Amino acid sequence: MDLHRRNYYKKKKKYLIVVMFLIMIIAALMYIGLSYGKTIYSFSHIYNVLFHGETEGAFVITTLRLPRVIIGLLAGICFGLAGNIFQKLLRNPLASPDMLGISTGASVAAVFAILILQLSGLIVSLIAIIFGMLISLLIVLLSYHHGYSNNRLILIGIGMRAMLSAMISWMLIRASEYNVGNALRWLSGSLNTVNMNDAFSLLIVTIIACVLIAIMNNGLSVMGLGEELPVSLGVNTKTLRISLVIVGLMLVAFATSITGPIASVSFLSGPIAGRILRNGKNNMAATACIGAILVLASDLIAQYGLSSRYPVGVVTGMLGAPYLLYLIFMMNKKGVQ
Amino acid sequence: MKQPKKLSTFFLLIVLLTLIMAVLSLMLGKVTVSFKSVIEAFDSSIVNNEVNIVRARMPRTIFALLAGCSLSVSGALMQSITRNPIADPSILGVNTGAALFVIMGMSFSQVGRISSLVLAFVGGLLTMVCVYLISSFGYGGMTPIKLALAGAAMSIALQSIVNALMLKDRLLMDRFRFWQVGSLSKASWQDIMTVLPVIIVSLIIAYLLSSSLDIMALGDEMATSLGINVSFIYVLSTIVGVLLCASITALAGPIGFVGLMIPHFVRLLCGNAMKKVLLFSSLLGSAVLLSSDIIGRLVGGSAEIEVGIIMALLGAPVFIMIVRKVKKYGFT
Amino acid sequence: MQIKAEQLYLGYDEENIVKNLSMTPPIGKISVILGANGCGKSTLLKSFARLLDARKGQITLDEKSLSSYKTKTLSTHIGLLPQNPVVPEGISVMDLVLRGRYPYQKMFSSLTKKDFDIVHQSLSMMNIEDLHDKNVDELSGGQRQRVWIALSLAQDTDILLLDEPTTYLDISYQIEILDSLMTINKKKNTTIVMVLHDINLAARYADYIYALKEGELIKEGKPEEIITSELMKEVYGLDCKVIEDPIAHSPFVIPKGQYHQ
Repeated sequence: MDLHRRNYYKKKKKYLIVVMFLIMIIAALMYIGLSYGKTIYSFSHIYNVLFHGETEGAFVITTLRLPRVIIGLLAGICFGLAGNIFQKLLRNPLASPDMLGISTGASVAAVFAILILQLSGLIVSLIAIIFGMLISLLIVLLSYHHGYSNNRLILIGIGMRAMLSAMISWMLIRASEYNVGNALRWLSGSLNTVNMNDAFSLLIVTIIACVLIAIMNNGLSVMGLGEELPVSLGVNTKTLRISLVIVGLMLVAFATSITGPIASVSFLSGPIAGRILRNGKNNMAATACIGAILVLASDLIAQYGLSSRYPVGVVTGMLGAPYLLYLIFMMNKKGVQ
Repeated sequence: MKQPKKLSTFFLLIVLLTLIMAVLSLMLGKVTVSFKSVIEAFDSSIVNNEVNIVRARMPRTIFALLAGCSLSVSGALMQSITRNPIADPSILGVNTGAALFVIMGMSFSQVGRISSLVLAFVGGLLTMVCVYLISSFGYGGMTPIKLALAGAAMSIALQSIVNALMLKDRLLMDRFRFWQVGSLSKASWQDIMTVLPVIIVSLIIAYLLSSSLDIMALGDEMATSLGINVSFIYVLSTIVGVLLCASITALAGPIGFVGLMIPHFVRLLCGNAMKKVLLFSSLLGSAVLLSSDIIGRLVGGSAEIEVGIIMALLGAPVFIMIVRKVKKYGFT
Repeated sequence: MQIKAEQLYLGYDEENIVKNLSMTPPIGKISVILGANGCGKSTLLKSFARLLDARKGQITLDEKSLSSYKTKTLSTHIGLLPQNPVVPEGISVMDLVLRGRYPYQKMFSSLTKKDFDIVHQSLSMMNIEDLHDKNVDELSGGQRQRVWIALSLAQDTDILLLDEPTTYLDISYQIEILDSLMTINKKKNTTIVMVLHDINLAARYADYIYALKEGELIKEGKPEEIITSELMKEVYGLDCKVIEDPIAHSPFVIPKGQYHQ
């Protein structure tokens, strides 16, 4: 028996080491985000600005770069965790909030607010959150018909998404030329117009969500065993499912309302973490880190690595297609079943 | 299965419906025209205001007929080959793939109609193949759910690239956004004439394939043992299905849900025999698309409501209802 | 713990699948439910695990209604191995069996020594100790089924329900699994109630048999008492001859057909 226990703790240690390593990468990316730019600041300079009230470069560092880096971190965590929750809950690596009409719900509301109501700022975010969560709850409720079915949820989500996308495209046609750019930029997911207030509210949401996820993680692991076995193992599947969905929605809706839908992060983070660790578990912490890395790295690339400045969502979006191709490539190795 | 007598009545009803819709489409709009003028329009010697209006509406009406027919048949084909009742060009991401290639063409040079068509076809075909392959990956092979998800994933990935291209180029963004919602107003007589041969040939091939497709529905192995060249039929049906969809999409932009809903209803009423499904789908598709277009023109006032958005607003709830009610197909 | 069904009615849509069924599986014995496809065997088993609520009638555990138990408490008394459990990709045998300890885990706390001891016992009782580090999806059908049973064992319940645990397995694996279940029954005095599709294996391994037809219990009793050609005709529509199994001395059904009378 000691062999099993030692083995178990060895694996746990390995997991922690991987997570530590990922955190170090995050720290490095955040540092680059703070120091690199039109003007490059050294580590000591940044330290002085943040903690010793140094004024030179304070505006750039604290008002332009710091919120960007913090929200990049938090948004990455939120999107990554939300995606992982849905992928594990629906037992399907292809299922993610983007595809299930969840982010699209928030997007429709935001685009409507920007183009038709001519609003901007906090109100747009609020509208996006509320409407996004309403649509998502509608999708979940619709999937209960003589009992629940994962497949039904997925299909209804896809159908809803198709309808909402069409509505977005339609609104883009109706809008004036000037506003289209704004709406399109919002739709691409961007860290450009964020401030420290946003960062604070997102931090609260993230912390609450992480606590809830930690509580529900064991139950979620058991729910991966099918629909029947978890009930027999004492999991209250209906309650747990709805709670997890609400947490996932909360994460997506809040993050989307601040940055817009940053494509692919929810979809990719879980699978990437799974591929690194190869342990068949939920890997929530690792997924959160991967999400943050994706957003932070992509933002740096989007700002400095391309021919012109792009919103972060453009870079993350372009990661989606190669990942799908990678799936095809890996599949050829394993053989089609 | 309905008896032959009921089916013939149904057939006549649908034909009648389509004709009525076609006539209405010529009569209604910003200006309502009399039925007499519709008849007169076919006599090229008569020229007056009303007749001119009818003649101006002809291409749109004909295009609506063609589009409804092609999209439904395309959907029916895809559903048959993938053995998936919810396969539809928009769900499989074919529309977005076609869009991506067209916009890439637009951003690099001016594209004419024929090049648009070719680009849309290539883009649609590549996307379809990739979606097939992705959904075959993993435990269980190609299930309806995985196909739908792969299509959605592909759609999103490609859409990001489209967005990226649009953001880069202001002009492109402006031109292309009008292309993102399917509308029947953009097709001229010349356009229709260009795609007509392609569509007719595709429809004929589809009809000829119907008996083979019926056998393929029993499973690949079963079909092979019955003498069907499975790979050949797969490839040919896919090409024809994508061609039908791409021809319309290249001219009108993406119109979703038609290929999904119409064959589904037809199957409920007439059973699964492919010949019947194709025949009735083509007629019902035309009728439905014509009606949607008429509604869009009437309700929208001076600015029409494009048929693409009407189909999405109607189609999505219908799709959701189908998913909720249907017990088989592995939905529950 | 005594589980009992009293005048039970079960169904999913408008129709009743199980009708007026009363059943008291004997404690500490192996009971097998037999019947044709669609007669309600799985449905009945699921209701015992409280996956399905009774339409009429009730199920009691130690005289208390099943619905009065808290979910987690119930899961420490009754364990169910359903027909097609899902194997998460890339999970090791050890991690999978550990999930059987879920009913005993408190929030936030990690696994205790007792958890590991019980898992160890379960693995050795199913003879898969040396596989503990392997990926479940790499195992053979028989090995995988032993892992699932080890998970149910780790759940440490008085009552174990199994829905067709041997279907799809090669015959040698079927015997292996049934032997393991018998060992569990002998060593831990677990009450086992399972659905089997093979009449002869059921006759061999069961202490008690329940025969269902169209949702109703038509006969119950020890195999040697009730497995008769009349019962087979009634339950399965099968013409047969029943002899004594020369090895196990339990009833053995020999089917008759058009060419073999």
